[in-house]
Amino acid sequence: MTVLRNGVPQPNEWVRVADDAPLPETDKVIVSLERWQAERVNLRQRNAAIGVALKSEQSPLLIQDDLDRLSLVALEFPKFTDGRAFSHARVLRDRLGFTGEIRGFGQVLRDQYLFMLRCGFDTVEPAAGKRVEGYAEALKEFSVFYQPTNDDRATALQLRHRKEAVAA
Amino acid sequence: MYRYDQFDATFVRERTAQFKGQVARRLAGELTEEEFRPLRLKNGLYLQLHAYMLRVAIPYGELSSKQMRKLAFIARRYDKGYGHFTTRQNIQYNWPRLDDVPAILEHLAEVEMHAIQTSGNCIRNVTSDHFAGVAADEIEDPRVWAEVIRQWSTLHPEFSYLPRKFKIAIIAADKDRAAMRTHDIGLKIVRNAKGELGFAFYTGGGQGRTPIIGPLVKSFVAAEDLLSYLDATLRVYNMHGRRDNIYKARIKILVQALGAEEFGRQVEEEWLRIKDSVLKLPAEEVARIRQYFAPPALEKLPARNEGFEAKKAADPDFARWVQANTDDHKVDGYRIVTISLKPVGGAPGDASADQMDLLADLADAYSLGQIRVTHRQNLVLPYVRQQDLFDLWAKLGSAKLAEANVELVTDIIACPGLDYCNLANARSIPVAQRISRRFSDPKRLAEIGELRLNISGCINACGHHHVGHIGILGVDKKGEEFYQVTLGGSSAEDISLGKILGPAFSLDQITDAIETVVDTYLDLREGPQERFIDTYRRLGIEPFKEKVYDSLKERRSAAE
Ligand code: HEM
Ligand code: SF4
Repeated sequence: MTVLRNGVPQPNEWVRVADDAPLPETDKVIVSLERWQAERVNLRQRNAAIGVALKSEQSPLLIQDDLDRLSLVALEFPKFTDGRAFSHARVLRDRLGFTGEIRGFGQVLRDQYLFMLRCGFDTVEPAAGKRVEGYAEALKEFSVFYQPTNDDRATALQLRHRKEAVAA
Repeated sequence: MYRYDQFDATFVRERTAQFKGQVARRLAGELTEEEFRPLRLKNGLYLQLHAYMLRVAIPYGELSSKQMRKLAFIARRYDKGYGHFTTRQNIQYNWPRLDDVPAILEHLAEVEMHAIQTSGNCIRNVTSDHFAGVAADEIEDPRVWAEVIRQWSTLHPEFSYLPRKFKIAIIAADKDRAAMRTHDIGLKIVRNAKGELGFAFYTGGGQGRTPIIGPLVKSFVAAEDLLSYLDATLRVYNMHGRRDNIYKARIKILVQALGAEEFGRQVEEEWLRIKDSVLKLPAEEVARIRQYFAPPALEKLPARNEGFEAKKAADPDFARWVQANTDDHKVDGYRIVTISLKPVGGAPGDASADQMDLLADLADAYSLGQIRVTHRQNLVLPYVRQQDLFDLWAKLGSAKLAEANVELVTDIIACPGLDYCNLANARSIPVAQRISRRFSDPKRLAEIGELRLNISGCINACGHHHVGHIGILGVDKKGEEFYQVTLGGSSAEDISLGKILGPAFSLDQITDAIETVVDTYLDLREGPQERFIDTYRRLGIEPFKEKVYDSLKERRSAAE
């Protein structure tokens, strides 16, 4: 399995563990929200890093009290037209102040990649069999952004007025 | 009007290149049709009954003469020589080829135009009052804010994969010329008690199979908070709008399910957290955009022009056109001219490439090169001197563009219907044509007065039938085209939804039925000052119903 970071395919360091499978001792693991909720007390005490995967109908507010313990939150795209995860990423970053890794997984297309990064995603794990090529190019498709989000890309608005400030 | 700066221009070039790449990936088989579909829709490309259809954005309906010439060029070179102006102030081409679309987009980009977000489950092209900037009754120029919203909504990273399409309209006068409350968000620019500018949010209106008049969700959002409140509203919708059923996916369904108050509370909760963030709108950006809409320096003219008055007195046809197709202007000596795209027997909203070129020339000669598209599928020249009206009218007449019927019964809104659309139950255009022939006598038309007639070919309501004073809806009865009539709708400030008159009519009956409705009104009205809609509201549907179905029976027995 590959994940994309900054457009570049990389090996995946995280292991998705099924709800009925035993947890490996040392690996970085991602569990479902259901498992997290059921085994919360134990899981919080685990030594190695842990992440939670949310389905698109599961709000990040459900894990707001656990974000201090989580190194990763994975947000599912069950269909690439289901855009809830974009808002969930922003809620995690802007409202809940989460600073760990946000990962998108499932049915994603490179055409959404820039949007994902602008909403606060760090990594993308495309579904098995999906192309991982073209993501680096997708990052270069735009140099102008209108919306202020909380990523570090300057918006047209900032550039316009910065320019005027210099000119003045 | 707004002009692109380097950032806007670069952006549109980049978007055009991106779409070219997406088309290439589709043609190479790298994208499945299922994956390509939402991508092409976000760029206004539909697959219709016979061909692709390309919808080009005309943000808040404002066009320059140069842009109009480009639209004419595209109609001639890539289509069958015409284009269709739509109820969302856009233009559609019905016959482009997929492999020509990237080239069309490059031509459009040359004149600062594109097809971004004219379709798909994203924030659509924002619409506004077609008299913005020249209307005497506005408290602010809504185009400034429409442009702010255009930029904010363009390729929004969070809101490009919404549960369903999202339409925003904005007005700044008590008179609603933009059907504001039929939108997912309707914005009305208002002033609070301190005289500060802000926005009233009417959220969760819509047409389609579940027509809903947008409820007032927040009566005042300060100007600087516009984007944060929009973000909060869209976020609540994006997270909680239904995605399991396409017919229940619009924001109106969510607002109805929660109740406007609870919906507003959820938005408020989200909004308070982001209100003081990077989303705060800088005054200098508003000032920058406002410069583009500064009132042009106009020649000082007397309010009354004797030559114009004399021409009106001498030529009743001209006088009727002035009466129906021109409106009061903010500035003395000028009038706002509406050019009807509803000639007798024509397809509502269509314009040929030659007509578009002529309109561009006339805009240059008489209206500072500016043109507007109205949501009733007509065009506007916003700055015409009274003394030029007669010449303008004569030139329009030579191109079949001088129909004196604005807001009259033949000024029909009609969707493409079964002639083009694969969702249609029935044809719309032939019904519009028959009705416009039946009421073609200009004197009778003027006598009937204001009457809005809207036709949709199916329940999706692209032709605004729910909010027509008279609405006609195409239905399918055992494979035959039938038409259901509603009365009493309005999309203006007196907004209401029409009520069904009774059983549907066949194509052969529908024109007679409409004529009976109109004749009944003429019999019952208290005088020519009482509009159709007012008579209807005074008397209700019964007298109309009785007359229409009685005369239907009479005709039937006469035929037997
Ligand atoms: C040609 C093919 C077209 C298709 C397939 C189509 C499809 C649809 C559908 C499915 C709806 C219902 C949406 C809903 O209830 O959620 C709708 C509504 C609407 N469409 Fe179209 N449409 C077409 C053409 C047009 C045209 C030419 C216009 C004029 C610009 C237009 C403007 C509208 C408007 C104003 C509505 C109702 C407002 C609302 O969405 O609530 N459509 N359309
Ligand atoms: S109302 Fe129906 S028939 Fe008319 S354009 Fe819309 S979807 Fe097609």
